[in-house]
Amino acid sequence: MCLAVPGRIESVDSGDELTRQGRVAFGGIVKQINLACVPEAGVGDYVLVHAGVALAVIDEAEASRTFAYLREIEAVDEEGP
Amino acid sequence: MKFVDEYRDASAAHRYAEAIARIATRPWVIMEICGGQTHSILRHGIDRMLPTGVSLLHGPGCPVCVTPAEIIDAAIGIAGEPGVIFCSFGDMLRVPGEGGSLLAAKARGADVRIVYSPLDAVTIARANPRRQVVFFAIGFETTAPTTAMAVAQAAREDLGNFSLLVSHVLVPPAIEALLAAPDNTVQGFLAAGHVCTVMGVEAYAPLARRFGVPIVVTGFEPVDLLQGLHLCIRQLEEGRAEVENQYSRSVRAEGNQVARQLIRKVFEIRTQRWRGIGEIAASGLGLAPAYARYDALARFGRVIRPSAAEGECISGVILRGLKKPGDCPAFGTRCTPEHPLGATMVSSEGACAAYYRYRRLGTSPVAAALAEEIRR
Repeated sequence: MCLAVPGRIESVDSGDELTRQGRVAFGGIVKQINLACVPEAGVGDYVLVHAGVALAVIDEAEASRTFAYLREIEAVDEEGP
Repeated sequence: MKFVDEYRDASAAHRYAEAIARIATRPWVIMEICGGQTHSILRHGIDRMLPTGVSLLHGPGCPVCVTPAEIIDAAIGIAGEPGVIFCSFGDMLRVPGEGGSLLAAKARGADVRIVYSPLDAVTIARANPRRQVVFFAIGFETTAPTTAMAVAQAAREDLGNFSLLVSHVLVPPAIEALLAAPDNTVQGFLAAGHVCTVMGVEAYAPLARRFGVPIVVTGFEPVDLLQGLHLCIRQLEEGRAEVENQYSRSVRAEGNQVARQLIRKVFEIRTQRWRGIGEIAASGLGLAPAYARYDALARFGRVIRPSAAEGECISGVILRGLKKPGDCPAFGTRCTPEHPLGATMVSSEGACAAYYRYRRLGTSPVAAALAEEIRR
């Protein structure tokens, strides 16, 4: 139910604080998505979309931390206590 | 797909599972409260990648499942009114109330339509000015801003033929109710990443402090879930009880301020009944007085009366993590996704439906030991 899918903004159309929208590509599928909750988002940004509304801009730097943490804990575990 | 595929990488998942096995020295009971996470855990076999002592319980994380039967009956009643177009997310259609399901109502001739977004229901209302268009607004905090956006758009256009049947629920009060129960066994939580994308993490620190449980905001892909579990188990092993954010690529500490502002504008917090659990104070959203004219219950003169208990269904104890689906005598026999007896089997994201689909049929040793302890 809370499923949200990341997609790349292809274009941003006009609109105001309730109706700002744009075309967002999810793999091969492109849909018209409401962008009013992510006023900072522009073309090329990846946004997280739920029920037709983008709820967050995905932070690329933060995204890599999952793998950095894995390397970190493996290094610590190898050194031993 | 970027930001999906890399978090499904089998090698990274196995390396996380090995790292968990290296740090887990004792049995731990951890609960997730999001049907999407429950589904992902079972689909990818994450429950089977963990050390024997680490047990995952599946909380009331499916808004479809916890929507009270009497609300579904009201939905069926409104959908049957002449001239009504009743719009709903697809997964609500099969859920039975006391008097059948929306799908059965549709088969009898009601104009019930599946929409992907509440905004689609507003579009339908604009295109059909002579018909009453009702949207069945359910969901957690993730969905609330999309409903609020629909109401705000309708209000600005003064769309008189649009209304909502609202049954929105909130996650932190449910976590609090679970932790405050005397028979609680949960020692750590994975908080739902998309709920926190909207609301931020501030509601969780007081809960972690008061009940001494680690709460890790976690994503939905296998590598996300395993990292969330590693962070949670590491806290438990080290005796810490803090809020951590595994899903930082999407969750900011303050959430999405625009979305939160919309929710505050359109809704007010109210007491809510949860199917299988009962009433939880301040755990739901209703339309604020300024938007009361969009309330479908008032528009169609419907009054909600709590429906009777759910027969032999034990979803209440399953949603609280006291039993697993396999512990129920009706599971997979008298109760299946085609003929559900109650909350946790009705939607594909419910714990019983996910266990049925992914063939987790047996009773878990940890759940059996817990049940034994509770009986004593």
